Amino acid sequence: MGIRFILMVNKQGQTRLAQYYEWLTLEERRALEGEIVRKCLARTEQQCSFVEHRNYKIVYRRYASLFFLVGVDNDENELAILEFIHLLVETMDRHFGNVCELDIMFHLEKAHFMLEEMVMNGSVVETSKANILTPIQLMDKAS
Amino acid sequence: MSGPSLMDSLFQRSLEDLIKGLRQQLIGEQAFISKALEEIRKEIKSTDLSIKSTALLKLSYLSSLHFHDMSFATFHALEVLSSPRFSHKKIAYHAISLSFHDSTPVLLLITNHLRKDLTSTNEFEVSLSLRCLSKIANVDLARDLTPEIFTLMSSNKLYVRKKAVAVVLRVFEKYPDSVRVCFKRLVENLDNSDPQILSAVIGVFCELACKDPRSYLPLAPEFYKILVDSKNNWVLIKVLKIFAKLAPLEPRLAKRVVEPICDHMRRTGAKSLLFECVRTVVTSLSEYDSAVRLAVGKVPEFLVDEDPNLKYLGLQVLSIVAQKHLWAVSQNKEAVIKSLSDADPNIKIESLRLVMAMVSECNVTEISRVLVNHALKSDPEFCNEILGSILSTCSRNVYEIIVDFDWYVSLLGEMSRIPHCHKGEEIENQLIDIGIRVKDVRLELVRVSRDLLIDPALLGNFFLHRVLCAASWASGEYVKFSRNPLELMEALLQPRTRLLPPSIRAIYIQSAFKVLVFCLHTYLMQRGSTFSSTSPDNLPSVVSASVSDESFDNLSVENGVDATVTHGQICTPAFITNESIVNLLNMVELALGPLVGSHDVEVQERARNVLGFVDLTKLKFLNYSVQEENDSEGKGVEASNIIELMHDAFSKELGPISLSAQGNVSLPDGLIVKENLGDLEMICCDIELPSSNSFSFGSPCEEKDGVSFSNLQIKEDSEQSNESTSLLAEHRKRHGLYYLPLGKSEISNDYPPANDPILQGNINGNAVDLVKITEESLVPKRKPSHAKPRPVVVKLDEVDEKPVALKKFESKDDSLSGAVRDILFGSEDMVPTSSQSNLSDKSSSKRKGKEKQHTAPHVESKENLVDDGNPSSRRRKYRSHGKERRHRSPRKKTAEEREGQKEKEKSSHRHGRHKSGQRAEEPLNVSAQAPVIPDFLL
Repeated sequence: MGIRFILMVNKQGQTRLAQYYEWLTLEERRALEGEIVRKCLARTEQQCSFVEHRNYKIVYRRYASLFFLVGVDNDENELAILEFIHLLVETMDRHFGNVCELDIMFHLEKAHFMLEEMVMNGSVVETSKANILTPIQLMDKAS
Repeated sequence: MSGPSLMDSLFQRSLEDLIKGLRQQLIGEQAFISKALEEIRKEIKSTDLSIKSTALLKLSYLSSLHFHDMSFATFHALEVLSSPRFSHKKIAYHAISLSFHDSTPVLLLITNHLRKDLTSTNEFEVSLSLRCLSKIANVDLARDLTPEIFTLMSSNKLYVRKKAVAVVLRVFEKYPDSVRVCFKRLVENLDNSDPQILSAVIGVFCELACKDPRSYLPLAPEFYKILVDSKNNWVLIKVLKIFAKLAPLEPRLAKRVVEPICDHMRRTGAKSLLFECVRTVVTSLSEYDSAVRLAVGKVPEFLVDEDPNLKYLGLQVLSIVAQKHLWAVSQNKEAVIKSLSDADPNIKIESLRLVMAMVSECNVTEISRVLVNHALKSDPEFCNEILGSILSTCSRNVYEIIVDFDWYVSLLGEMSRIPHCHKGEEIENQLIDIGIRVKDVRLELVRVSRDLLIDPALLGNFFLHRVLCAASWASGEYVKFSRNPLELMEALLQPRTRLLPPSIRAIYIQSAFKVLVFCLHTYLMQRGSTFSSTSPDNLPSVVSASVSDESFDNLSVENGVDATVTHGQICTPAFITNESIVNLLNMVELALGPLVGSHDVEVQERARNVLGFVDLTKLKFLNYSVQEENDSEGKGVEASNIIELMHDAFSKELGPISLSAQGNVSLPDGLIVKENLGDLEMICCDIELPSSNSFSFGSPCEEKDGVSFSNLQIKEDSEQSNESTSLLAEHRKRHGLYYLPLGKSEISNDYPPANDPILQGNINGNAVDLVKITEESLVPKRKPSHAKPRPVVVKLDEVDEKPVALKKFESKDDSLSGAVRDILFGSEDMVPTSSQSNLSDKSSSKRKGKEKQHTAPHVESKENLVDDGNPSSRRRKYRSHGKERRHRSPRKKTAEEREGQKEKEKSSHRHGRHKSGQRAEEPLNVSAQAPVIPDFLL
């Protein structure tokens, strides 16, 4: 499994979105997120975006007040994951228009939907923004 | 309750309200959430699906972001799932994929819901249910829904099809038998020109191939095509990952893919793809020199980049290359060294690893110098990282790369003085270890130890206590190399030693004891020699005299003489006068007197021992100073006997002990090991274990090298008693303390120096003889000069060459890869797969129907799935088939030709199938596959 989990965390360390591709109990999640947030948020701009944690590698990237953290297997391509994060942000940007933390907070299920369009079973299956967004737009129209 | 009122739904808090409320935090987050949860618990019981679903939505939100348990709502989620409305379904699926797992009780109830949605005409419903399945599928779900997924895998709606393809990964994992049904279709999708499908299917194969690459070798041609044709970097990266796994298994395949990968490397502008190419080459194609050179040539692009990410990755690539092509690292040496002072600790650690990879016998001195200087300047964490890696690199394989041990010991001393050093324990171990293993270094070791001990400032540093412990032990044990034992005594007894923890203080006292005995003994010998010979000589001759009478111990004679030589060159030890002895004794009394009342048993007891010894001997020296010696002749003789005795006791060598030494001890008659074990354990649990030190008065240093308990027994002539040895060793390791008293009676004067390799070999021989032999074998190698070859490092063959964790490539013959192989190599019958359920029968009949439609399959093994009456012979068939093909014509053949040939082969090999029919035979498997691949590639 390439991607183990995807987290969006704000500057204060509050989780705004959490998507796991393997089953962890709530306690495990809480502990994991706490550790990762502590580790990654302390890092500066000059430091690289890869952190080894337990048996994962965390690839993260900061956009404004939000950190996008992706936990991957050790042989995953870090740069591709960075591109994936960027693609995710661009996709959300296109949908929400200048996406910000609040958009994700109030439209969490949409953000989840996009993620699920992009990633299945921990591997990236869709990389076209149009393909990702079409179903959401259709659903928006329908409701 | 009656139906939901309008009021209920009107006043229900929506998710948005909940989030807003959370943000305002009027009553505090926890309070607000628990109130909201209360509401949700009520609302979720509502019969109105929209209230229910909103409650579920809120609950999912709280669960996923605020870690609140939502397992109570699993059944409600199912209820919402049955809603005809899409928006409800969506909420339900989200909640389910969030909260369901393998042991959720209602998981079984979901099957029909999923099946209904999988067969729905609304592609979005299908997709929701596929996505959910990819998260929660367990064995039952995977088994029951395999037919539906199989159908969807060839759906003409791309949107559904790609998801069906992706979900297959989970289904295969959970229910390997589904491979028999779906694998063929999965392979067909590899050929699909649509990029969406392709990226999904390649994702699946990438994961599958990572787990068990060998099974997917036959698909190499398809992957190869994608590697050459695809323009999508995401897909290319995945394909490269697959080839990185496949190439090492099949050299011819590696040869084929090298060129395309190099092409990608030259052409691509995307760093991610470039990185993947480089990594693939250095991990899996490292024999192809030109490719490696090209890849390494790309590394500086990463290393010198401003972007810390690229720098980090560049270093990582280098550390992969370093294992086989060290030149690549040296080529980028500058950048690597520069990264040592990077702002990012991760980068620093990577570059440190690389620097350590460059270390060899010839440059270890310079690199260590650079690193130690660097450690001085770095932050504590990285400093210790550096020290740790120096320590571990230098001690690797019993100090393999160290030639100049004098240098290394002084480096250890220097390292322990670095302010941030927290590696006391490791340094302690190495100091003692080297002291025991390398005779030639003891002089320097004592010097370094003295420097450490004598500095009162170091005693205040908690982290150094372990080092000081080693230093005090070394200076006590090897005091005969000391330039000035009196000074050493002062250092060991200095007032600031009160800062030490009792356990280490006890070692200090013990060492002081040894030094004291040595001084007194030396003094006696000196006096003896002044009387016998007219010229009062200096210490060296005294030393040799002092030991020469111990004719039974050749080792220490040898040592003494040797020490004399070196001593003579380096220093002139102080001549010990009677006055200084008296001062010494007074000092001991003064320093240790208060410790007699110490609360620590260990310290107290040792202090008493020393003081008792001083009491016994003091009179002699006092008398000697006052009157002439013939006065209290009787007492003097008695005292010198005691000193002699103690000196003998202390001058025994301690050697490293093989961990398996215990195994060489024969089982004493009448000892029933197995029966006693249980009791011993109980006893050991009950008893508050006394500190081991108290048992071993005669050789306090013994317990420092943890394995040495067993040395007591080595001298016993022993036969291997294999049956009991492991048990015994195991037990002794765990309850060593219990064993010690048993051996205590044997702590006599004649330890065998169990420290030479030969001794290990001839454990049955007489220990003394062996010492001679080893001595002889060592002598020629030893040069008196200091511009020396590498000194002898005592090794114990069995222990020191640690069994390198043999990570055998275990191709786990789990049921998944087994099933895949069955499909690809067509060996269905050979695998008694665990649960050949009725479903596979069902679906295989279904499959037969479908099969007909797929004409001209591209993997030749595929069509054999059903129609081949004798599939178990196929592997064998392939092998010989391939062989023959190699003989006959390497050129491409048409499928029909192959078919015909196969038929022939099949019949001819039918009787030979049983031999080849064992799946476990890996090598057979390789050879079976090997010839198949080039056919497709050529």
